[in-house]
Amino acid sequence: MRKIITYTLLVFCSLLFIAPLFWAVTTALKSPQELYLFPPKWLPSVWRFSNFAEAWSIQPFNLFLKNTVIVTLLSTLGQLISCTLVAYGFARFQFKGRDALFLIVLATMMIPWEVTMIPQYMEFNYLGWINTLKPLIVPSWFGSAYFIFLLRQFIMTLPRELDEAATIDGAGKMTVLARIIVPLMGPSLILVAVFHMMSCWNDYLGPLIFLNDQTKYTLTLGLSQFRGMHGVDMQSIMAITCLISIPPLAVFFFAQRYIVGGIATTGIKG
Amino acid sequence: MARINVLNPQQQTAAPKRLGRKRWGGAAPYLFIFPWIFGFLVFTLGPLLFSLVISFFDWPIVGQVTFVGFDNYVEMFSDDPLFWKSLMITLKFAALFVPLNIIVALGLAMLLNQKVKGSAFFRTAFYLPSVISGVALAMIWSWVYSGDYGILNYFLSVFGIEGPDWLNDTKWSLVAMVIASLWGQGSMMLIFLAGLKGIPKDLYESASIDGAGKIRQFFNVTVPMITPTLLFNLITSIIAAFQQLTLALLLTGGGPLKSTFFYAMYMYENAFKYFKMGYSAANAWFMFLIVLTLTFLVFKSSEAWVFYEGEMKKAKPKHVKRRIPAERGVDA
Repeated sequence: MRKIITYTLLVFCSLLFIAPLFWAVTTALKSPQELYLFPPKWLPSVWRFSNFAEAWSIQPFNLFLKNTVIVTLLSTLGQLISCTLVAYGFARFQFKGRDALFLIVLATMMIPWEVTMIPQYMEFNYLGWINTLKPLIVPSWFGSAYFIFLLRQFIMTLPRELDEAATIDGAGKMTVLARIIVPLMGPSLILVAVFHMMSCWNDYLGPLIFLNDQTKYTLTLGLSQFRGMHGVDMQSIMAITCLISIPPLAVFFFAQRYIVGGIATTGIKG
Repeated sequence: MARINVLNPQQQTAAPKRLGRKRWGGAAPYLFIFPWIFGFLVFTLGPLLFSLVISFFDWPIVGQVTFVGFDNYVEMFSDDPLFWKSLMITLKFAALFVPLNIIVALGLAMLLNQKVKGSAFFRTAFYLPSVISGVALAMIWSWVYSGDYGILNYFLSVFGIEGPDWLNDTKWSLVAMVIASLWGQGSMMLIFLAGLKGIPKDLYESASIDGAGKIRQFFNVTVPMITPTLLFNLITSIIAAFQQLTLALLLTGGGPLKSTFFYAMYMYENAFKYFKMGYSAANAWFMFLIVLTLTFLVFKSSEAWVFYEGEMKKAKPKHVKRRIPAERGVDA
């Protein structure tokens, strides 16, 4: 009996979570006549896959895609390199002020972006970076607190004897990091890459504030342009919504065990 | 350096460490953490302090910069009805969103924590919306909420309820925001799930031997054991509630009649629509202070209700109803 209630609740809740997504996909496939029927039809009578291509050509989405890919890849690469170096530094060295500095790392997670947003905008404006992709890429090359924390926690669990054995063999610190630590960090690095890729791909406020020329737009900005555009049907908006959601969904699908496992290793569980 | 070695016996025993140290000098650790130090100074601390400075100026993006002292702050409190309005809307949103978010995330996590077939599927279903961009979510919800064609109202009409025109009705627009925000609670659910998985099974066994029903088990075992997770989620929810911006910008644009004009939006418009950088910086600092105060209060209160199992000696077990393990011997 208890099982039945549990399953019923699970199925009901997952329907609540999936139904709007399902609705978005079927809307994207409908013909304009079927869009505004009430009561709504769940499935289109004719599946118009051409909607996707048509919606994609309304704006230069190829260009937006290119910009988004550039930002996501470069920024993720930077995040991986810098966070690994910094996490290693905090995990494996004793130095003056280490604990205080690490506390500051953690404290920066508490600062809302809104507080630093305006001076950052002025800073990038001063550097001439507004309306370029740089503000969306460069800061990632200097690490982010959450990932540094996550990777440091992981490195701390690796036995020091490994480092020492390599050091006896004459390896320097960088070699130890590159040859011993990094190969063992695989799952954690995947987690960092996945989380950062998704947040980059999905970012809206960053591009909204730093970009103003359409040729520099990312996909999310392109999609938001549809709002208030006249003569665009809901099926075009939903088609783009579905298309730009595919990469994060695919990444999530292949990486879900790292995501679930990663949250358990962040040290915030009970 | 010698002093540091004394502090760390592990390094003391490792003679070859010194080789590495000689080659790199004492600077090695700082070189490794340099990217963070640089980034912190240039992208966080610098801007943070600078924003405090700007908040005392009349600072348009182009044109004359003038020192105005506390004028920005005074104007905010005494001469700007939008400030109060947006602040009240944000507080109202937070008051609805934070508890609901915690209840929904914990409820789903508890469902997933049951032994069921296909748990990977259900976990994915609940997490799915969190993977999708806020822009895409907003687009989907604007369609779901549509008064005439939306599935939400269709769903309600099946039960004989006539739904409102969600996003164009001042009574419902904020509720609509809360529901749409709850939809993306996936990571909070996962964090709760991790917390729930960490509770030793024998606690429940001994509780049921003691005759505790499911409800008492929940309040006497589950809740005390996940209080650290609860604290984390509570704080992140509060911060998220105050920063809610993307959904509002895209779903309602702050309307109708400013009923969803969040504080973050007020700040955003002051900065990037009216280019009042100094004034907006003052707005931002005020928000920062509110969030800090709330976080501090939650932290302070947490001493009374958060229970760290074995991790912190300072925890006061007297506040925690955890008499179950002790009584196990008696019953068994």
